[in-house]
Amino acid sequence: MKRVVKRVKRMARKGSTANRRHPLATVALIAIGLMFTGGGYALFSSTATAETSTASQTTIDEGKKLFAANCASCHGLDLQGTGAGPSLLGVGAASVDFQVGTGRMPMAMQGPQAMEKPPQFTAEDTEALAAYVASLSPGPAVPDDSLLDGDGDASNGAELFRINCAMCHNVAGAGGALTEGKFAPALTGVAAVHIYEAMVTGPQNMPVFNDKNLSPEDKRDVITYLKYIEKNPSPGGYELGSLGPVAEGLFVWIFGLGAIVALTVWLTAKSN
Amino acid sequence: MSTVTTPDTAPAPAPTQTSSQRSSTSRFTEAAANYIDERTSISGVVKEFGRKIFPDHWSFMLGEVALYSFVVILLTGTFLTFFFQASMAEVVYNGSYVPLKGVEMSTAMSSTLNISFDVRGGLLIRQIHHWAALTFIAAIGIHMLRIYFTGAFRKPRELNWVIGFILFILALAEGFTGYSLPDDLLSGNGLRIIDGLIKGLPVVGTWISFLLFGGEFPGTDIVGRLYSLHILLLPAILAVMLALHLVFVVVHKHTQWSGPGQTKDNVVGSPILPMFAAKAGGFFFIVFGVIALMGTFFTINPIWNYGPYDPSPVSAGTQPDWYIGFADGALRLIPPGLEFELWDRTWSFNIIIPVLILTGLIVAVLVYPFIEAWITGDKREHHLLDRPRNAPTRTAIGVAGVLFYAALWGAASSDLIATHFQLSIEGVIHVNQALLILGPIVGYLVTKRVCLALQKKDREIALHGFESGRIVRLPGGEYIEVHQPVDEYERWKLVDYNDYQPLMIRPNAQGKITSVQRLRAGMSRWFFEDRIAPVSPKEIERGGHH
Repeated sequence: MKRVVKRVKRMARKGSTANRRHPLATVALIAIGLMFTGGGYALFSSTATAETSTASQTTIDEGKKLFAANCASCHGLDLQGTGAGPSLLGVGAASVDFQVGTGRMPMAMQGPQAMEKPPQFTAEDTEALAAYVASLSPGPAVPDDSLLDGDGDASNGAELFRINCAMCHNVAGAGGALTEGKFAPALTGVAAVHIYEAMVTGPQNMPVFNDKNLSPEDKRDVITYLKYIEKNPSPGGYELGSLGPVAEGLFVWIFGLGAIVALTVWLTAKSN
Repeated sequence: MSTVTTPDTAPAPAPTQTSSQRSSTSRFTEAAANYIDERTSISGVVKEFGRKIFPDHWSFMLGEVALYSFVVILLTGTFLTFFFQASMAEVVYNGSYVPLKGVEMSTAMSSTLNISFDVRGGLLIRQIHHWAALTFIAAIGIHMLRIYFTGAFRKPRELNWVIGFILFILALAEGFTGYSLPDDLLSGNGLRIIDGLIKGLPVVGTWISFLLFGGEFPGTDIVGRLYSLHILLLPAILAVMLALHLVFVVVHKHTQWSGPGQTKDNVVGSPILPMFAAKAGGFFFIVFGVIALMGTFFTINPIWNYGPYDPSPVSAGTQPDWYIGFADGALRLIPPGLEFELWDRTWSFNIIIPVLILTGLIVAVLVYPFIEAWITGDKREHHLLDRPRNAPTRTAIGVAGVLFYAALWGAASSDLIATHFQLSIEGVIHVNQALLILGPIVGYLVTKRVCLALQKKDREIALHGFESGRIVRLPGGEYIEVHQPVDEYERWKLVDYNDYQPLMIRPNAQGKITSVQRLRAGMSRWFFEDRIAPVSPKEIERGGHH
């Protein structure tokens, strides 16, 4: 997108110096260019339209200061990225809110992946950072509360979750292993807004589930399902971490058979 | 023998006589027992079984645990058959569990969900059934370990070892067919792995798979077929084998630990009737109780989380139940790329190699008693158990086998080990691959040395007693530590074991030494070259004068 904009500028400059084109050609070209980029962007992300309109200039300035002090050493002063961290142009407010809001950013250290930890910034600071990053280039916005209420179709959400998410996060959202020490984290106790933002932005090893792939309604259903299993503990009793047969097998050997063997020892013990 | 008159098959009390005095009740019991005995000659059987002696040791009750959990499985399983429908016809679920409402699934899955959410007590019974199954196979496993490490499989009990091991394999089959019945995502993926395993067999694989699934996987037949196996064929064979196993236990008499008064010609303990039967009856309820507690408080196989089977999704952390884990682990540990292209097809050995290794392992366990008997050349009957340290090579082989199994087993949970200990899954796999090879070797060597050291310690204690820590100065100025001698009862346990020596190579009738002879002598040397001889009476006498 950046490249397209540059080309448009270059062409515009050439047009104005040579004076060989209609005075309105520049305007028309810019309009066409904007339509292409805007339209193309809309194809990829239909929620992008609602973004950043509310962020005031003071918030953005505040975010800029915070960014320069806390993030720029890795991500660059102009968000362009450095050897230590990727460019943040186009990641949007949603990405910042997810990474900073869950404590993954700033990272404590380089590792297979950024670990979740207590957030390092207050909610206002996180918002300011998000507003600043979003002000420089368009990207996915923080989702609307109506998508996060967990009142969607749990059954549809469960099916989507099994098909799209369970291979890494486990059917019950208990998490799972990836390659080279990376992992898909457990989803219990994760805020709805962060689940949504993760789907939209695809943090770290996670793929992006854009709105063509899973519509905002579908994402709402997935959140509904995850919140359902979080709020309704297993009807069968304690879940043993929802880890499946491995946990069950360990439990039966250690506690089940352990208890029974202890009882056999007790039964055959000689009375004192 | 008063026990003869009280067969436990006595019918319910007669309607007219129950209200009268005690004496008439006992007269009724007598008459009823006599009536039955005259028509069935059951007194002989009751006498034989009723007088069977059970020695008292906790490790002798592990087989019972398996038996009792099997009874629990039968009871709860029968309940489940009343409500389970083994059909793969598609229905739309409309039961109580919200996140599956309106989802298309097989009748098997939907009826299992109904058992869990809409049948009164259904979920409890389902969970007890599943926990009992896990306990059953675990109890068989630990029972087999007890038999192995004490040498209870030796003559005359080799055949019962084989029967017991077949019971173990049947239990695995029962477990796996049961695990597959609900047709949920987890079990469907398990079946898919079995399907892949079968298809990986050269030439016949695809044909067998199509035969089993009635066409391409998953088809619409497999649940019904597994159900027939699970509730009809396998339990029937299992019950017959179990009966045979128990009859052999009675015929052979129970083994016991060596001790004063406990010889190879007797069994010291309590008879089944009345003492042991009462105790065992109580123990049955204890086992049932423990399993029921697990079923009450701990979720097992939450199929509502897994959802209906669909060949596309696979959940992270998809594992078989623990007893199939070793097979899953073998598939995870086999290094990739064992295949080549020749003519118009790919020849893959990624599946067949682990399958052959596992088959080898199973066959080795099955025939171990015969191998050991051949190596030792021991044709005597053995009714006294070996302490594991007194058969160092056998114990070491056992530990090596356990470690081999454990490495396979651990590999099946490689992904969970990686996430829970924050390791890389590749590292976990490579460590497990190394453990699979090195673990048994190191385990064998260390165990053998530990056994020999313990035998040396026993020998020392038998000869010189325990160190008392009391230092005495003799009149001449010499200091000695007083040793506390062991009493005779204790000493018996330390010195009473078989002493084997390596077989000598001897020429046969033709004056030739065959290669089989050489092999046998070599194996025998391997078994018995390093050994600590038991203390002889003469040595004890000499030791006593110390």
